[in-house]
Amino acid sequence: MSDIYGEILLDHYRLPRNKGRLEHPTLSVEGVNPLCGDELTLDLEFDGQRLKDIRFSGKGCAISVASASMLTEALKGKTVEEIERWIGVFREFIRTGRAPDGVELGDLLALEGISKLPVRVKCATLPWSALEEAIGRFRG
Amino acid sequence: MKTVEEIRRDFPILSLKVNGRPLVYLDNAASSQKPIQVLNAYCRFCESRYANVHRGVHTLAETATGDYEEARKTLADLVQADARGVVFTRGTTESINLVAQSYGRKFIKHGQAILMTPMEHHANLVPWQVLARAVGAELRFWPLNQDGTLDMVEGRKLLDARVAMVAMAHVSNVLGTINPVREIVEMAHRVGAKVLIDGAQAAPHMPVNLTEIGADFYAFSGHKMCGSTGIGVLYGRPEILEDMDPFMTGGEMIREVWLDHATWNEIPHKFEAGTPPITEAISIAAAARYLSDIGLDWIHAHDTMLTAQAWEKLAAEPGVTLYGPAGERGALVTFNVAGVHPHDLAALLDRDGIAIRAGHHCAQPLHRWLGVQATARASFYLYNTPEEVDALLEGVRAAKKVLQLV
Repeated sequence: MSDIYGEILLDHYRLPRNKGRLEHPTLSVEGVNPLCGDELTLDLEFDGQRLKDIRFSGKGCAISVASASMLTEALKGKTVEEIERWIGVFREFIRTGRAPDGVELGDLLALEGISKLPVRVKCATLPWSALEEAIGRFRG
Repeated sequence: MKTVEEIRRDFPILSLKVNGRPLVYLDNAASSQKPIQVLNAYCRFCESRYANVHRGVHTLAETATGDYEEARKTLADLVQADARGVVFTRGTTESINLVAQSYGRKFIKHGQAILMTPMEHHANLVPWQVLARAVGAELRFWPLNQDGTLDMVEGRKLLDARVAMVAMAHVSNVLGTINPVREIVEMAHRVGAKVLIDGAQAAPHMPVNLTEIGADFYAFSGHKMCGSTGIGVLYGRPEILEDMDPFMTGGEMIREVWLDHATWNEIPHKFEAGTPPITEAISIAAAARYLSDIGLDWIHAHDTMLTAQAWEKLAAEPGVTLYGPAGERGALVTFNVAGVHPHDLAALLDRDGIAIRAGHHCAQPLHRWLGVQATARASFYLYNTPEEVDALLEGVRAAKKVLQLV
């Protein structure tokens, strides 16, 4: 097994960014990982079409917590359209283990090895699936 | 008598290296590995004795049919039961579904109750939920003590004349609890209830004497007892099987077929529609012989020794919570490490070649009862060693270090 438990991932696990709840979220979504029953809640606050603030809460494994932490960091301040593009990029990245040309993934690159761990893919994509649902609902 | 080292040599996969480290296989409650004796029996049967069973009259049809029925006899002997009551199924799950459908739909009536426990594997819970909804039966649950054993005082009160079926695990796949099945059967029979015991975690690990236990139904799987996947056993008391309707219909399970109706074959064939898992039956019989040669008493004692060591060592480790009874238990320990998600623990142990299970182990209601979403489980078998228990403990310590909890 390639070592997914690298320093960047562990850093996001030990010190998750944007952890907690928002006081006035535009909407909240919940995601459940059927593999382990992990539950995650995303709170999103929009200012027009822009994601003004985002937080996540819930318990999870290092991979799902780090993935959620990285997600919030990457997408805070982005527009709905940009977020939709990122969801596509992330899915492609998780499937192939490679970033699409010309895309800077930043810390998300720490999830590179996940494509080779089919069982854990669900852990990494849990917050992204919740986000996708949130955007769907935002779009109405 | 074989030593553990000699037993280990019977299992080719145990010499494997995983991630550069010797495999430490502690996921036996999920599935066990196969000895060369079982693999050879399967190969020899396919090479020289194979054909479909109970159909042809040619030589191979006769040898295959003979071997298949001999396999049934071997399994009946393993659990000291009448071979006419041994039905080959795809596994424990199918065995239980067979009883829920074929017995339940015919004999369990509106207003009657099915009594289970909160520790059941989903396979011994969901089939009864479905049946209860279909016939209008009530579901009852035998309460547990804090340590995960049955509360014999409170449970007894639920066992009244309305209970038509008691369905429970012999050994819990999470708590390791060994339920007093013989006592339960006696109590249930006194109020006229039938009893199904899920023996998936018991039959591979300890002597099971069905004549003594007296259960009406007993189910177990081949792949957890060194046999192949795709085969299991349902034992049913012959006089009850006689009265039940078939589960699936088709070839072999019939006596005579007209265009508009059919009559059923005798038991146990009435419950084996279509071509049965013939090669798998040869495999499970070879596994039963292998286990019997080593001795189920010895295996139980060996499991108990390893489980006690693992329990003691993990209990002494800071941050570790253990689940289930501390004393006599099945061949597994289920635990959590504070701050370490079970899936991370399992993945980090895997880096050291150690295979354990993490998750809810197909027992979500039990995990709700325990107040956790998931647990880690190390489960042992005849080929595991005290050194592997030590490796597990070292792995747990290393995982804590990686996640910087120490």
